This record gives sequence, structure tokens and C-alpha cells, in this order.
Amino acid sequence: MNFTNFGRYILLLKSVFRRPEKLKIYLKEIAKQMDYVGVGSLGLIAIISTFIGAVMTLQIAFQLVSDFIPKTIIGSVNRDSSILELSPTISAIVLAGKIGSAISSEIGSMRVTEQIDALEIMGINAPGYLILPKIISGITMVPMLVIISMFLSITGGYIGGSISGAVTPAEYIQGITTDFNPYTITVALVKAFVFGFIITSVPAYEGFYVKGGALEVSLASTRAVVISCISILVCDYLVTQLLL
Amino acid sequence: MIEIKDIYKSFSGNEVLKGISGVFQEGVTNLIIGGSGSGKTTLLKCMVGLHQPDSGSVLYDGRDFTPMSYEERIDVRKEIGMLFQGSALFDSMTVEENIMFPLNMFTTQTRSEKLDRVNFCLERVNLEGKNKLFPSELSGGMKKRVGIARAIAMNPKYLFCDEPNSGLDPKTSIVIDELIKELTEEYKTTTIVVTHDMNSVMGIGDYILFLHEGKKFWEGSNKEIAHTDIQELNDFVFASRFMKAAKDKF
Repeated sequence: MNFTNFGRYILLLKSVFRRPEKLKIYLKEIAKQMDYVGVGSLGLIAIISTFIGAVMTLQIAFQLVSDFIPKTIIGSVNRDSSILELSPTISAIVLAGKIGSAISSEIGSMRVTEQIDALEIMGINAPGYLILPKIISGITMVPMLVIISMFLSITGGYIGGSISGAVTPAEYIQGITTDFNPYTITVALVKAFVFGFIITSVPAYEGFYVKGGALEVSLASTRAVVISCISILVCDYLVTQLLL
Repeated sequence: MIEIKDIYKSFSGNEVLKGISGVFQEGVTNLIIGGSGSGKTTLLKCMVGLHQPDSGSVLYDGRDFTPMSYEERIDVRKEIGMLFQGSALFDSMTVEENIMFPLNMFTTQTRSEKLDRVNFCLERVNLEGKNKLFPSELSGGMKKRVGIARAIAMNPKYLFCDEPNSGLDPKTSIVIDELIKELTEEYKTTTIVVTHDMNSVMGIGDYILFLHEGKKFWEGSNKEIAHTDIQELNDFVFASRFMKAAKDKF
């Protein structure tokens, strides 16, 4: 995203946060988007988180072969990695692919078929009506998905460790309950909030300014996912440096 | 009444509109005609505010639209209905929801009042009972009619139609043209139709503004258009063999 695009992105966000014409209609849209972003992504996030947690346990166990390191450390490392990095970042990247491309395609198709022009002619703030519900659903549902992801990732670690015998259930439980710092949850939720905003606003921007036809819509969709993923990784680093 | 004064518009140094002026009266069907790339759609988009003209003004019953703020424009836009070239119906909504959408946004009517209005508009465009269909289930002509129904749902003072006949068979085109003319006369709207369809020009062109290479070349009515000696206009109007033969005959 060059500076011109960044400027247009900021101006678009300014229009997005104008006062809604009719709150009731916006609330209905927000509920619809929350269902799509949150409930619609639950299965995917559950599968990914559980398996990542299980694999993490096996890999940590593989690397910690010293007799001087207690096996309870496997649980601790898995817990902190899941909470601080894997759940927020992997979930966000997966969601950028699933939700980001859908948002960009939806808004881009509306642009090329003049549906956005139709909204503007009616006197409706098109950025507000189309993008605001998506951003609100992103910043509320992504943190919820991340919380579920954390829980499932740690649970996946427990299941993986138990099945493989890499760590006993008792050692794993002791590990995840020892020296737990609740601040890590705060850091993860701040990340999830920022990622939720990126996942929805960047693809919306890409879709909103599409020019051309079906080919340009698909290119915008690809660009939206790539830019969202890069922005997520950059913001991940910045938030981590600021908060830890 | 809509008046445009000296409209200029260019894109990346390419001048598309070069000082267009004209007056579009209410209760008559005003046509903007011209070949592809002549600037008709750009002029229409400048008039409704989808493009900002480089200079010139657009007056809606004396109110200058071009320098208005976003909030001021919304008040004018509530009085505008527009039929788009591709109908621009919202894919995710049914016919009923499409027509009800502006009513939901801007009125405080009860659901039954809004439903009555939707049914009235659908009846007006001869699509009674099609409320629950989605745009993907409609033919091209039906989509245009739903587009008209949505455009008139708010009782607009100004009706804009961007190539309403594109992609339609001649019979359906005539139905759409007649519908636009009827609505214009019945509700005394200021109607502006952008077209290059000669059947529309001859059938409903009460006032015609001919554009060529971004300039206004001619204005008049459908009764006068066949008797001009402007080469560019004659090349456009009598481009087809059929029209040439018809001119020679009469």
C-alpha cells in the first residue's frame, strides 16, 4: 500500500464512521455480519487451533530431551505460545483468507455492478452502510474467536500429548497452571482487536475502489488478502514490542 | 427543472465534457444522446454527483448542487430516482426488499404502509406478485422494471435513466420507454434519459440534447431531429440503412 492508497484508506475510514442514517438497519447488518464472521468461522478456527496445539506439544517434547528440564515445561510453553502468538496470529491469517477475500469480492462486485452508485444516489452513505457493520463484527468477533482458539489450542496440546505419550496428562495440567500470567491474555486480545480491524477494513478498501470487471474484482481480492496478511504480521510485531 | 451550465470534466488530462449547458423541463422526457465516448454517461454522473465537474454548475430547481456539502447533497438526493444501465439491484435482497430499501432508510412508515407502496410500485411497472423473487431469477426487462419501481418508490422529483434499453429486445425496449414517459407525465418528474437507441429518440424524445466529442452539437425535439443539416447529428441518427431508407421515403 503506497502513500496515496494509505491516504485514500484513511479518507474512506473517515466516511465509514459518519453517523448512520438509520441505526436499526445498521444493527441488523451488524448482527448479520457477526453471524458470518463469528459463527461462520468457528468450525475452521476450532479445527486449526486443536491441531496446532497438538502438534506444538509434540514438537516441544521432541526438542526438550534434557533430563534437567521437567516435562511440565511442555504445558507452560504450549500455553504461552498459544495465547501470545499462535491463536491470535494464525487465526487472523486464516480469517484474512476466508473473510477478507469474501469482503473484497462482495464490495468489489457491488462496485462494478453499480450497486454502490445506487446507494449513493439514494443518499445513503455507502462506505458506512457497507463497511461499518463489517468492521464492528471484525473487532468484536475476532477476539471471541481468538479466546476459543486459545482454549482449543491448549486442549489440543493436552490431547496430542496424552495420545502420543509425549507428556502425561498430570504433567501437562501442572505445566499450564504453573506461573500463569493473565497479562498475556490482554496482549492477545489487543492483537485480536487490531487484527479484526485489519481483516475487515483493508479488504473493504480494496473492494470499494475496484475499477473494471470480474478480473479486477478477483485481483483486488488477492491483493486484499496479501496486504491484510502483511499488515497483520507488522502489527503483530508492533503490538508485541509495545505491550511486552 | 434541472439546469446545467457550462460543465467541464476531464480525466487524467483527457477532456470529456467541454462546456455543456442545457435546461431540462419537468413533465417531459429529456434525452441526452450521442455516440459511444461522446460523454453522455459522464454528464449524467456529473449531474447526480457521482463525478464532480471541473467547472460549471448543476441547478436543481435553482439549487446549485455542485458546491453543496455532503449533508446538503443528501437532501437533494432523496428527491432523485435513478435507473442504472445494469439495473444495479441489490443481489442479496428480494424484489420487495430492493424497493423497500429507500423507504426503510428514509421514512418512518409502518411495515404495512411500506408494503402497500412496494405493491403499488410493482403494479405500476406490471410486476404484481413478484415480491419474493431475487434479481438472479428475473429477466433483463424485469430487472429494468424493478429498477424503475425502486427509483419511483420515494416519489422522486427527478428521474435519471442511464441507457434503459441496453441489452433489451425491441419490444421490451418500447415497454420500458413508454413506462418512463407515462411516469414522467403522470408525476411531473424531470426525467433525463441517456440513450443511443434511435427508437427511444423517435418515440419519447420531447427534448433532445445531442453530444459529440464532449460538446453540445444540437438540441431540439424528436419532431425536429430528422430535419437538421448538422452532419454529425445526421451521421448519428441515420447511421442505419433502415433509418436512411425511412428518411428518403418521407
